[in-house]
Amino acid sequence: MTNSIDEIEFADVIFAIGTNTTENHPVIGSKVKRAVRYHGAKLIVVDPRDIALTKYAELWLRPKAGTNVALVNGIMNVIISEDLQAKDYVKERTEGFEAMKAVVAKFTPERVEEITGVPAANIRAAARLYAKAGKASILYCMGVTQHSTGTDSVKNVANLAMLCGMMGIESGGVNPLRGQGNVQGACDMGCLPNVFPAYQNVTVDDNRARFQKAWGVKLPANVGLTIVEIMNAAHKGDIKGLYVMGENLMMSDPDLHHVEEALKNLDLLVVQDIFLTETAKFAHVVLPAASFAEKDGTFSNTERRVQRVRKAVAPPGMAKPDWQILSGLSTKMGYPMAYASPSEIMDEIRKVTPSYAGITYRRIERRGIQWPCPNTDHPGTKYLHRDRFSRGLGLFSAIDYIPSAEQTDKEYPLIMTTGRILYHYHTGTMTRLARGSMERYPESLVEINPRDAERFGIEDEKLVKVTSRRGSVTAKASLTDRSPEGTIFMNFHFREAAVNLLTNSVLDPLAKIPEYKVSAVRIEAAGA
Amino acid sequence: MNKILITIDGRQLEAKPGQTILEVAKENGIYIPTLCYYAATRVVGACRVCVVEVENSRTLVASCAMPVSPGMVVKTDTPRVRESQKLVVELLWSAGDHNCLVCESNGQCELQDLIYWLKIEKPRFKIEAPGYPLEKTNTMIQRDLNKCVLCGRCIRACNEIQVNEVLDFFERGSKMKVGPAFDADYIDSNCVFCGACVDACPTGAIVNKQSRFEGRPWDLQKIRTTCGYCGVGCQMDLNVYDGKVVKVTGNKEYGTPNQGSLCVKGRFGMEFIHHPSRLKTPLIKQANGEFKEADWDEAYDFIAGKLKSIKKKHGADSLAGLSSARCTNEENYLFQKFMRTVIGTNNVDHCARL
Repeated sequence: MTNSIDEIEFADVIFAIGTNTTENHPVIGSKVKRAVRYHGAKLIVVDPRDIALTKYAELWLRPKAGTNVALVNGIMNVIISEDLQAKDYVKERTEGFEAMKAVVAKFTPERVEEITGVPAANIRAAARLYAKAGKASILYCMGVTQHSTGTDSVKNVANLAMLCGMMGIESGGVNPLRGQGNVQGACDMGCLPNVFPAYQNVTVDDNRARFQKAWGVKLPANVGLTIVEIMNAAHKGDIKGLYVMGENLMMSDPDLHHVEEALKNLDLLVVQDIFLTETAKFAHVVLPAASFAEKDGTFSNTERRVQRVRKAVAPPGMAKPDWQILSGLSTKMGYPMAYASPSEIMDEIRKVTPSYAGITYRRIERRGIQWPCPNTDHPGTKYLHRDRFSRGLGLFSAIDYIPSAEQTDKEYPLIMTTGRILYHYHTGTMTRLARGSMERYPESLVEINPRDAERFGIEDEKLVKVTSRRGSVTAKASLTDRSPEGTIFMNFHFREAAVNLLTNSVLDPLAKIPEYKVSAVRIEAAGA
Repeated sequence: MNKILITIDGRQLEAKPGQTILEVAKENGIYIPTLCYYAATRVVGACRVCVVEVENSRTLVASCAMPVSPGMVVKTDTPRVRESQKLVVELLWSAGDHNCLVCESNGQCELQDLIYWLKIEKPRFKIEAPGYPLEKTNTMIQRDLNKCVLCGRCIRACNEIQVNEVLDFFERGSKMKVGPAFDADYIDSNCVFCGACVDACPTGAIVNKQSRFEGRPWDLQKIRTTCGYCGVGCQMDLNVYDGKVVKVTGNKEYGTPNQGSLCVKGRFGMEFIHHPSRLKTPLIKQANGEFKEADWDEAYDFIAGKLKSIKKKHGADSLAGLSSARCTNEENYLFQKFMRTVIGTNNVDHCARL
């Protein structure tokens, strides 16, 4: 997030696009609702599904899945043609406006209505509401990113914020709401194939030289492979060994048949986890790890706040915290790692990670600190890009609309979109062991619009078989207007109806994120 | 802004305009008992436990609701105040089934604390509990409305903090109750089991069902940590008894980012920690495809040997590693360091895109 969680409540307008936040980050969801109910904020929801937030929305735009770029272009078209943009801000703090304007000019509300299905009048109303706000905050999530044009879509919401001068102000900004506990921290720490900690590119000689000095070995200069590319390379036989720490690929990755073949192809698969997951079953070696309640450390939340994780109980049996396992193996392989505690590791992190330089366990004992925090006197950073953007001037990107990779046709007439539901987390390994979650949501449900159900002969609470070009799964149907006609929704928490058997592994060319939000499918009654 | 001078219990105090008597007293370490008062929600002044005497005021005033004014003279500890507080507390006591022997909230009950603090031996009224049935239709939250003091804190937590808009008062007078619409059980309502009502309840009327009989309040050790179920990073307390996490509670004092709020996963989703299916030893797959338990050295040797031979034969870029958003920063740092230094590849990624 460019801004902070607490600031959401005090925005004048909240533009929530592709985020079902009341289910995925319920505490942020409450803040959005409080903003509307108690602080007079106006909420714009952009989502094909009738999510809980639409009840609180001043405007609900319901685009066809996969058309976010066109919709945001349409909104900017209105802002520019009605002269509502922040002219001084655009002039003083940004560049690339003219090129962006030229592309946006093609996206009249009427044309965008044809692409997205959102009435032109609503596009105009949303544009006016957002542009005229004093402080407007954009919230987005996987509904924006998990598309073959995800990067385009993210750049386009940034365009919108800059166009209206909403970046670098309190209660404004562009705010991705991250869905996994420490996904921000894993990125910050350089668990990405192209960057060291703090996003320092591995191909830059100076960066490599610094890390070589800190770590005492020569480091590779070529960019590595991303998760889906790794699985493809394993499938081809180019990757021979894979070390997996706390991931359940056999549930979370797209096109699971392909993943299974890839895993079986490996000479070595190490899985380090707290359970014998679907993925661990394919491993040659399984290492028992400690859960978050059994170790010390830090997580970085979606607003860049580094907070303490504290050991409350001992790990079961011989299980050990991941940091101890990694240190042990590394030492065994001739590269000694002799950390006495996670705080010693943090001391090393601080030295090589400029944005974390001022963050010590002592300083975050009572309250976490938001990076960038360049030194121990620095209070941390509440919101980014205050007086200047990280790169100097904010860069507008001219983004044209590209349809989703997979389109519906006669054989696969419906769009399937995937996501989470409130009561479960990710691949279900943890929440399916919770009595309460299982009581509230015991099995996977396929959310289908009643009109689609009628068309394909599906009955409520009866089994439905969902088939894509990659596979089939069967689960219970739930007929609901939450799903728009032509689009069904499934979650990815249940191994019995592993939705990623169906999903398309086509990737966004830059971010390499799979297109989970748009797969073409067909449905048929499955008896019982 | 202008400062206002007021007097509480003979002490000259500075206050800001708009502050209540209760807030000024709190700031200055003067104790006024409260019950329906619940920070970060509207002041309702319903229970009258926080009454004080204000000079030139005809009646006692509710200190939680009364804003200060210049020259105000307040007394918190007079016979009239205490008698009024006792009357209120005795009425509440006698209107419910407040049997601490079998109450999960024994030791952390605000009604119990009030009775003790006011030195009430027994209520002057006959105890007549309403005789509501216990709600035990779900596994997460147990409601015993016979212990409800109608303070409305759960309602305000549900509506004003969580904005789930499930709970409200219904019926009137002595039949007044708190609950979801149409007096439904939680499980039959649109309740999302965030448990804010559990944290808000001052008595044993709404309790965490899963931690009943799993440790008394004074036996529990609270360990503050960060929830891992999403990117909010909620601050919460793991309540530990006898080496086990028995429940999770929110704590408003921890402030940002969640101000004490939690969701169903953070509060009721921690059973995995002590689940019998947890991995407890390293496992190495045998030729027959079965896993065999191993010790750490065996497992390390096996992995180290394989990694080295693959690297030698096919090069470092034939190896790859995937770390996790469920692991700490320190662990993710070590993971990429291990892949880049020991293995010598940048083939390292994690689940951010999934």
